Amino acid sequence: MDAAAIQRALRRVAHEIVERNPDLRSVVLAGIPSRGVEITRRIAEFIRASEKIEIETGIVDVAMHRDDVGARAELPVVRASKLPLPLEGRTLIIVDDVLYTGRTVRAAMDAINSFGRPARIQLAALIDRGHRELPIRADYVGKNLPSAASEKVRVRLEQTDSESDAVWLFKE
Amino acid sequence: MNVRSPDMNRRWNRKDLLGLRELSADEINFILETADAFKQVGTREIKKVPALRGKTLVNFFVEPSTRTRTSFELAASRLSADVINISASTSSLTKGETLKDTAKVLEANHADIIVLRHSSAGAPQFLAQRLKSSVINAGDGAHEHPTQGLLDLYTIREKREKIDNLNVVIVGDILFSRVARSNIFGLLKLGARVTLVGPSTLAPREFEKLGVSISHKIDNVLPDADVVNLLRIQHERQRKEYFPSIGEYTQLFGLTKERAKLLKPDCLIMHPGPINRGVEIDSEVADGLQSVILDQVTNGLAVRMAVLYLCGGIATP
Repeated sequence: MDAAAIQRALRRVAHEIVERNPDLRSVVLAGIPSRGVEITRRIAEFIRASEKIEIETGIVDVAMHRDDVGARAELPVVRASKLPLPLEGRTLIIVDDVLYTGRTVRAAMDAINSFGRPARIQLAALIDRGHRELPIRADYVGKNLPSAASEKVRVRLEQTDSESDAVWLFKE
Repeated sequence: MNVRSPDMNRRWNRKDLLGLRELSADEINFILETADAFKQVGTREIKKVPALRGKTLVNFFVEPSTRTRTSFELAASRLSADVINISASTSSLTKGETLKDTAKVLEANHADIIVLRHSSAGAPQFLAQRLKSSVINAGDGAHEHPTQGLLDLYTIREKREKIDNLNVVIVGDILFSRVARSNIFGLLKLGARVTLVGPSTLAPREFEKLGVSISHKIDNVLPDADVVNLLRIQHERQRKEYFPSIGEYTQLFGLTKERAKLLKPDCLIMHPGPINRGVEIDSEVADGLQSVILDQVTNGLAVRMAVLYLCGGIATP
């Protein structure tokens, strides 16, 4: 997937978010660091361009809510979450780059619940590569990428990786 | 989809926190950055995260302490760890058991993290070398008190947005103070200039070898200070030959209302607590606008959460 294809996919996701949420002012886009935050920024920009609305955005860090701390030698780096409060009555859309096992999304939902109780939570992902380990599905998907578990998906975004925008599916 | 950083292992791979002397500037900065994330948890409706769920922390305080022990206990609870408190009087140390044997028993009970306060310098290191558990130094004799040093660094960095090139003045009983040593190591590594102030018996010239300046006249150094850190006069440890009288100390080194007028308006006033009002600091100054003493307490919680997460969260080999 090249830069143009990524932008097309995100523009479509932005349109779907607008279609599904008539009251855009109640919507909060919450990105999971670090690429989810950049994707959130881009979706918000598409919505601003087409709807002339400044959609609220935030950051939801999942590191301290993961279920595998101590199970691996490498600790996830924790970052501060930042959400517009209160969340009551709002539609919160979790935004991430790749949806895979669903465990990150579960952790994000736990994190969000510790800030308050949004009216509903939706999920947007640039890539859905399958292989869910939890009953979780995305509401908005940039691209479905059928993959084998042995394969890797690599996303690169200019702002977070200092490389040109691209998505690869590859075998190690 | 995940937040693993390729340089996590490069930035932190210690199971223990024994002192700031052995840490690099990058390791110290990494703890402070991690503490930023945990400080934010304190603003949530639910101030508890599952990061250390299933881990057991033992607060093993052979020397009395309320605020440090409470802060570690609260930090561990907020990370969902289970906490056991053991003090000198309730431990079998009073029955003649050695420190090592007591610690082995704790480990056999699956303590993942041991927070140790001990009157002997080096006690945490002694345990760390012999146990698989993480050992966190909560103050060992007159050696180090690394989490106090870190929370002081965190508070300075938060209020002044940097540490590099600041003039930090530490006043009081430097010789017997583990807080002073941890502060000196941490501040110098992060690029601050440190001046120690006290009577020559308590702020001896040997400290200059560490790279700090010494002064015995507080009025000379206050006008240039960006931070003044006042140490508590430890009545309980004070020996007569080092220390003439409380009244004389206050007169020569206390931060009185009049003396505080020498300070720059943005100079921070710090104190590790508990405060002896009217001795090392006047009440009005302790409660004044320049005082960040209560911020230090709040930040202590975030810093200790970060330390427990980093040391206790790594898989035991």
